Amino acid sequence: MKTVRAMVLVSSDPQSLLNGAEQVYQQLQSEIAAFGLEDEVSLKMVGDIGRHDAVPMVIIYPEAVIYGPVKPEDVHHLVEEHLYKGRVAAELQAPVRELSGRIAWLSARKGTLPAEKRVVLRRAGIIDPTSIEEYIIHDGYSALGTVLGEMQPSQVIDVVKKSGLRGRGGAGFPTGTKWGFVAGTKSEKKYVVCNADESEPGTFKDRLILEGDPHSILEAMAIAGYSVGADEGFIYVRGEYTLAQERLHHAITQAEEMGFLGENIFGTGFNFKIHIHSGAGAYICGEETALIESIEGKPGLPRSRPPFPTTHGLWGKPTLVNNVETLANVPPIIQYGPEWYGTLGTPSSPGTKVYTIMGHVNKTGVIEVPMGITLREVIAIYAGGMKPGSSFKLAQTGGSSGSVIPASLQDTPMDFDAYSRAGVSLGSGALLICDEDTCVVDLGRVLINFFRNESCGKCSPCRIGTQRSYEIMESIANGNAKLEDLQTLINLADSMNEVSNCGLGQTAGTPIRDILKYFRAEVEAHIRLHVCPTGVCEIKIPV
Amino acid sequence: MVKNTTKIPENDPLNNPEIVADIDTIINANRYLPGATMVVLNELQNKIGYITEPMQQYVANKLHVPVSQVHGVVSFYSFFTTKPRGKHTIKFCMGTACYVGGTPQLIEKAKQVLGVDVGETTPDGEITLEVCRCVGACSQAPVVVVDDSVHGRVRPNKFPQVIRSIQTKQNQ
Repeated sequence: MKTVRAMVLVSSDPQSLLNGAEQVYQQLQSEIAAFGLEDEVSLKMVGDIGRHDAVPMVIIYPEAVIYGPVKPEDVHHLVEEHLYKGRVAAELQAPVRELSGRIAWLSARKGTLPAEKRVVLRRAGIIDPTSIEEYIIHDGYSALGTVLGEMQPSQVIDVVKKSGLRGRGGAGFPTGTKWGFVAGTKSEKKYVVCNADESEPGTFKDRLILEGDPHSILEAMAIAGYSVGADEGFIYVRGEYTLAQERLHHAITQAEEMGFLGENIFGTGFNFKIHIHSGAGAYICGEETALIESIEGKPGLPRSRPPFPTTHGLWGKPTLVNNVETLANVPPIIQYGPEWYGTLGTPSSPGTKVYTIMGHVNKTGVIEVPMGITLREVIAIYAGGMKPGSSFKLAQTGGSSGSVIPASLQDTPMDFDAYSRAGVSLGSGALLICDEDTCVVDLGRVLINFFRNESCGKCSPCRIGTQRSYEIMESIANGNAKLEDLQTLINLADSMNEVSNCGLGQTAGTPIRDILKYFRAEVEAHIRLHVCPTGVCEIKIPV
Repeated sequence: MVKNTTKIPENDPLNNPEIVADIDTIINANRYLPGATMVVLNELQNKIGYITEPMQQYVANKLHVPVSQVHGVVSFYSFFTTKPRGKHTIKFCMGTACYVGGTPQLIEKAKQVLGVDVGETTPDGEITLEVCRCVGACSQAPVVVVDDSVHGRVRPNKFPQVIRSIQTKQNQ
């Protein structure tokens, strides 16, 4: 086996590629050869490394020095300094994410400040996602080995229950309990489905996991299959994620060749195979029963529940549906134990959460932090503060169906329970940070327009409710609404919440209700004064 | 077996024996898969670019499923189109992050530059403008997807560069 003394990784997310990552890679290849280092240095393109402020990035291990943005013309210098002479080329280093010591509340929380802690993204951007060997070196498939070799299915479920892991798709249902339901249903055939239809606007955490560490999902699905008694799994990947699909197909082939998937895994008699199903562009298919319909080859119309998929799912068989991030948490829980997992996060929501940060902040990107961090901390520490000259007005969590968080709730710890006590929801982990130039009426109009387009039309509360809400928001934005319309909006949101068939309709009214709760004065200004305080809406004053 | 009830228009892909052979290959490769309808339609959309009504009937007959199911799938999912698109598509992300980041201004610019509205194709059949749902690249908002490549942080003034990227691709 060849030993390498240094490993060079080049980021290859779309933004990096656009900024010349491919040329940097080729340049690195030729420079490394020119210095005669090709036997000592391994060069890899890795996926999205979760930082987009200085792309394309080059990371050199074992020192873990991050360079960026690197241009092709810098490469000669970089290779000569770092790889040939062995010193850090300081002037090319990427800016360090600094913890600002100036902020008063930060010092108050000294010592308890949750630092970024990577669990589900621990390999993303570090290993070559197309190499199963690298995955195995980084403890890959060892959790599956432990499970198949040493544990009974019920023991695995107990471990997951004990860890307190809750679904990361948005609803926060206890994962162990769900596994227990499926395991407890008697059936010849059961399925495990991985929900990778990440279509909540603003969420791209699952893409990073699938592109950067596809084997972890395969391993977790096999563990889940063993625990609940399933021998077949489906990964429903949204159609837009072509790179993720490619990497998954590749990973499945590799895992089958090596015997981690297929017949008689590890000689234990356990069989498990995984199929990939590509979505075709429908938001509703993120809902688990719609997703099941879609895998069956039908339009994604959600089913009525009960019966739940845990008893009557894919082709009428008991089916376990879990989100990508939820599954990615399983192997580390098995490996390090539920007690370790409990040390992360808050007692009611243990573990870490991946957040995607976007909007009017200095640094957008993805972070993984223990549950219970506050919004203020996220903005100040990880997002590098608001953009110069702007101040925080509101955040929208969890994509379109999430809540609108006003500045007054900035210090609420972000975990499932603390947020639900405050009357808001955490959702899928998208954090859209908006400054004071954002008009809440315009934002609400865009959000409800999204639901209006994506409503499947099966049940009337959602079909008609989203349309009517949109019409009212439109009239507010034009300055033609009446004050009574606001009450109509609240009534619509309430009735959609109570009687809609699925999660889409139930949450469609949430952003508007939050806007009316926290920003009513601004909405009323559109109606009473025919003025948009932020100047976003073009109001034509009625004659 | 249901007979084709509508007359096949002259310009339909079904009149081209090569395309029919392609369709048959795709159907035969996937027909025994569970949930074959969507797999077949996905591949047809990728291969041919659109799925006309006669094609839907053809697929339904071959797969022994009701035409209503095939049509239901085609009309439900936004990936499937029944009309041909231009050679290239430019999609504007309408996710919340991109919207707040300035997609509306970008669309205005595109209309000015290309002279067509969203959902339309330029008269020379080169470029189709579309809006799309979140593509999961929100940290780079606003995002424009040209064919399969994602362009991030596109300001209205940078839009002509995006179009130029299509033209250079053609010249290669």
